Amino acid sequence: MDLEFWLPLFFASAMGLALLIYVVLDGYDLGIGLLLPFADDHEKDIMIAAIGPFWDANETWIVLGIGILLIAFPQAHGQILTFMYIPVTVMLMGLILRGIAFDFRAKAIAQKKDMWNAIFATGSLITAVAQGWMLGAYITGLGLTAISSLFSVLIAVTLPALYILLGAAWLLIKTEGVLFDKALRWAQKSILPMGAALLLVSIATPLVSQTIADKWFSYPDGLKLLPIPLLSTVTFASLLWLLFDQKALRDGKEWLLYTGLIMLCLLAALGLAYSILPDIIIGQMTIWESAASSKSLLFTFWGTAVVLPMIIVYTFFVYRIFSGKANSLTYE
Amino acid sequence: MFDVDPFILARAQFATNISFHILFPSITMGMAWILLFFRLRYTMTGDKHWENAYHFWVKIFALSFAIGVVSGITMSFQFGTNWPGFMERTGNISGPLLGYEVLTAFFLEATFLGVMLFGKNRVSNKVHLLSCALVAVGTSLSAFWILSLNSWMQTPAGYIIEDGVFHVDSWTAVIFNPSFPYRLAHMMTATMLTAAFLVMGVSAWRLKQKVDGPGTAKVFKAMVVITMLFAPLQVVIGDLHGLNTLEHQPAKIAAIEGVWETHSGVPFTVFGMPDEATRTTRFALEIPYAASWILTHDINGEVRGLNEFEGEHPPVAIVFWSFRVMVGVGMMMILVSWWAGWELFRRKQKPSAMLLNAASWMTFSGWVAVLAGWYVTEIGRQPWIVQGLLTSADVVADHASGVMLSTFTGYMVLYLFILLSYIGTLRYMATKQAASLLDLKPMPEPVTNLPPAAGA
Ligand code: HDD
Ligand code: HEM
Ligand code: HEM
Repeated sequence: MDLEFWLPLFFASAMGLALLIYVVLDGYDLGIGLLLPFADDHEKDIMIAAIGPFWDANETWIVLGIGILLIAFPQAHGQILTFMYIPVTVMLMGLILRGIAFDFRAKAIAQKKDMWNAIFATGSLITAVAQGWMLGAYITGLGLTAISSLFSVLIAVTLPALYILLGAAWLLIKTEGVLFDKALRWAQKSILPMGAALLLVSIATPLVSQTIADKWFSYPDGLKLLPIPLLSTVTFASLLWLLFDQKALRDGKEWLLYTGLIMLCLLAALGLAYSILPDIIIGQMTIWESAASSKSLLFTFWGTAVVLPMIIVYTFFVYRIFSGKANSLTYE
Repeated sequence: MFDVDPFILARAQFATNISFHILFPSITMGMAWILLFFRLRYTMTGDKHWENAYHFWVKIFALSFAIGVVSGITMSFQFGTNWPGFMERTGNISGPLLGYEVLTAFFLEATFLGVMLFGKNRVSNKVHLLSCALVAVGTSLSAFWILSLNSWMQTPAGYIIEDGVFHVDSWTAVIFNPSFPYRLAHMMTATMLTAAFLVMGVSAWRLKQKVDGPGTAKVFKAMVVITMLFAPLQVVIGDLHGLNTLEHQPAKIAAIEGVWETHSGVPFTVFGMPDEATRTTRFALEIPYAASWILTHDINGEVRGLNEFEGEHPPVAIVFWSFRVMVGVGMMMILVSWWAGWELFRRKQKPSAMLLNAASWMTFSGWVAVLAGWYVTEIGRQPWIVQGLLTSADVVADHASGVMLSTFTGYMVLYLFILLSYIGTLRYMATKQAASLLDLKPMPEPVTNLPPAAGA
């Protein structure tokens, strides 16, 4: 087996997986942050309780993602992060604001709670928009043209919509009664804009990147990819049906929406992976060109192989502990 | 104003961010173990006071942890945004060390933190205890990896360089590099002291304000015992650490001691104003032969001076002074903890008002010493980023100084705001009347993420 070939591929997949898990998990708590202003005080507390035990671990997935970029592709790490200096800084400030607001709001004097709620929502918004911008800049191969900036703006507004939907979907799982109904309405309102935005992004992507266009519209390779857009459409349609029919969601299958969204994210990730690989910076550098030495990678590989399954197991364990509706969440 | 050297800005920004970050780990790492101790005491004795103490402090722990996490995420991006060359050159070594920190430490602590904070009525006492223990282990593991990397930058070992890129020769040599055991021991002791003085100081304040009774007195006493042990221990470890540094980074020691010329029978300068322009220390208050004795254990031992490292030694005054601040605080810690021990255990009296005052003044002393210590270590390494092999100037990113300046200002404002809120919240929580004094049954503490009881 050729390590020089396989190790970078392994780490690229691990990075993709970590970032996918990040979007799916931190997406729901960022989304709840975005939805916070639309809830009353009591609902706010429940919404926060619904993410209380999880948000910290959720954020750790982005640390892992960026960590793998650094470990496995140090050359690309430097270039990407230097290029994205401003959006990264903005995102970090958003993450800082929401992270601290989350904790301060429960301990602060009652009069200050509104301020912390507002900071929590603002921080979530800043984070989501900055992440969207970064994704856009990344897809355009760190381009600096007007078109690529426009594209980044497009994704910068799409991602928050996705997060809102994830947040609402999480609330369906975690809440009941009035808040459940509200969450359902939030989801109904956001799904069409989100779908439209997603469609727009899918159309725009090959337009802004020749590299990507070449991959998707070549014959016969392009045909093999057909399942991705097809499955996405089917999934999206089922989600629409789920949301507006409401029966399944109200019949104890409230997790269906969230699961469907995961499916959608997974399909998007696969499409993206196909568009990008084997490059790490589109059109500039492949994963093999930027990889760290095999000896280093092997050292991390063994650790990852042992520890990552453990992480997944105990993450499941903790989610099991906290399964059920969130209003019963207490310290005791 | 916009032509400030971007290199200086990159350093200042990195220094600000890491300084802000370390404030919180230095509390959480020690406090995680203290909380575990509270939970264990309750489990073993059934004494409700320990459970109340746990509930009180776990909230402050959660708050500190949250700030530690978000400022830490900033750190993990900073390597790429400010020092891209560092990762490009040493990525083979620093990457895996950081990677192992994420894999073995961050996930562990972040995941079980959820159970620790919110899972008490959902899991058995055993599982909850285990979660507390895993969080404590996680934080310490995180120190293990990051300090290993930092120590490697101070005393590199186990590497080979090919075409300017570092490769690993032996992982054992990389991880257990010469300064690592000392730095790990010194830092872990430092965080125990930081956390214990914080708990002790706030407890003293609560006793003084009479907002809490017997439970707080017990906590106070426990912290006195911890600090009585760890404060002197820290001096011993610090001394050994210094001897090791003398062997590997003599320029740093020369700056710490303010020794300008190599000679023997060197006095220890207690205070003074090192002046690099004239290469002298003005107004020096010296103890004859003491530096030679401390460093070589021989009053006539020779100490290498800064003259041997012309152009390659760190700025002297700040290293010199930071060291004295750290040691000064260390001495104060010994003084206060042993004074308290003498009052509590020899005279068997309630802590005097003066002691309570002194202890509350020491609440944040750990922060001062930790920051001072890190300044000695990091500024003392300049101009190198990897001692003797790679300079910081080699690896800096070339952002425009206007951009750097605005992000730097942004961080400063944000951090100031957070620090003020943090201390304000601590103060507010410390003033709250304890349930035990209101003679109610111990109030179930509100969830950190649900609103505290009315008016709170
Ligand atoms: C000696 C201890 C120590 C030192 C020197 C550092 N950290 Fe740290 N860090 C911790 C000890 C710690 C800690 C105790 O593990 C955390 C968890 C919560 C907290 O308060 O601090 C933490 C949190 C934390 C997190 C968030 C982890 C999570 O998601 O749970 C990141 C990404 C970093 N750190 C990264 C860094 C980097 C890149 C550093 C160096 C430049 C650094 N830390 C210095
Ligand atoms: C946690 C406590 C720490 C503090 C308070 C601290 C403080 C500082 C300070 C003040 C500087 C600037 C020095 C100067 O430019 O004059 C610096 C630089 C730096 N430190 Fe640390 N540091 C800490 C830990 C670490 C750790 C754990 C690492 C790496 C694993 C690290 C890596 C660096 C790097 C890469 C630089 C920038 C390059 C340079 O200026 O040499 N630091 N740090
Ligand atoms: C009083 C006796 C002390 C001595 C002799 C001492 C000695 C030292 C020395 C020589 C260094 C620099 C090591 C290097 O860069 O190579 C150092 C660093 C440091 N000190 Fe101290 N120290 C003392 C007390 C303290 C106290 C009380 C604290 C905190 C509570 C503390 C916290 C630190 C920290 C956080 C560092 C930076 C990390 C490291 O390099 O270990 N020290 N100390």
